[in-house]
Amino acid sequence: MPAAGVVMIVAVVLIVLALVYYLVSTIVALRQITAGLDEAIEGVKGIIEKSAPVEGVVKDINGNLDAGVDLLEGLLVKKAGLTDAMGLIEGLYPGAAADGLRNFPDSKEVKPPRISEVYTKGTLTLARLGREAPIAAASPNGPVLRNVEGGSLDARELYPEIRQKRPERMPRSPVIGTDSPVQYEPATKEDE
Amino acid sequence: MTLWWIGDVLLLVAVLPVVVYLLKGVLDAARGIVPSVRRIAAAADAGSRDLDAVPLLLTTQDQVRQTVEVVANYGGSLDVIVDDAE
Repeated sequence: MPAAGVVMIVAVVLIVLALVYYLVSTIVALRQITAGLDEAIEGVKGIIEKSAPVEGVVKDINGNLDAGVDLLEGLLVKKAGLTDAMGLIEGLYPGAAADGLRNFPDSKEVKPPRISEVYTKGTLTLARLGREAPIAAASPNGPVLRNVEGGSLDARELYPEIRQKRPERMPRSPVIGTDSPVQYEPATKEDE
Repeated sequence: MTLWWIGDVLLLVAVLPVVVYLLKGVLDAARGIVPSVRRIAAAADAGSRDLDAVPLLLTTQDQVRQTVEVVANYGGSLDVIVDDAE
């Protein structure tokens, strides 16, 4: 066999060896990809199965919360009036009145009165305690500031002097209810 | 014979390098996909595990329902006790 034929055979063998090496390596890599995709598909299936009931549950929760908001907004406006309601909201959560009430579009145009200067400090303190509730965590003023040591004294100073120094002489608040020691007659209307 | 030698040279100098270059490109691309697929699989698995708490939504749903019922009861009572603004 001539030398040129030998060189050609060697060249072909080299090409075949290169083909085998790279193709086998590619096959191995593709199998790894297939295995990885199988794992990913299992994870995605889990996500789909677990998240399937979320929509219905969240819609139900939102529906209930909407009903609660409607009820509370309606009650607040009914009892306090729209203007005072906005003032109370502004007093508790400064800046919140600008957002208005959901069921009362006119509430955005109401100029909230400065109720925090009308109601006693204790009243607003009691109301402000609600800021610790999770729903009020985003209050513009941040979490509630509770003065543990001075809070009680501050509240007491809102009442007349006699309540601070001689509380033992004050009559106790009447106990009401069906189990109370003194039963009061039910109130009747004048025309009855 | 001369043509044969020319063919040999072409095989060794042109064809073989081109074949190796192309195959190496395919192999590098395939190997580059592997870590990405593994990260996707890990992310999907983590996402699936994060959703293990979804059944707790049923508890939340029940709690919200009860809370709104209580609020409605209090609201009804307040509506009776407290006078209307107007």
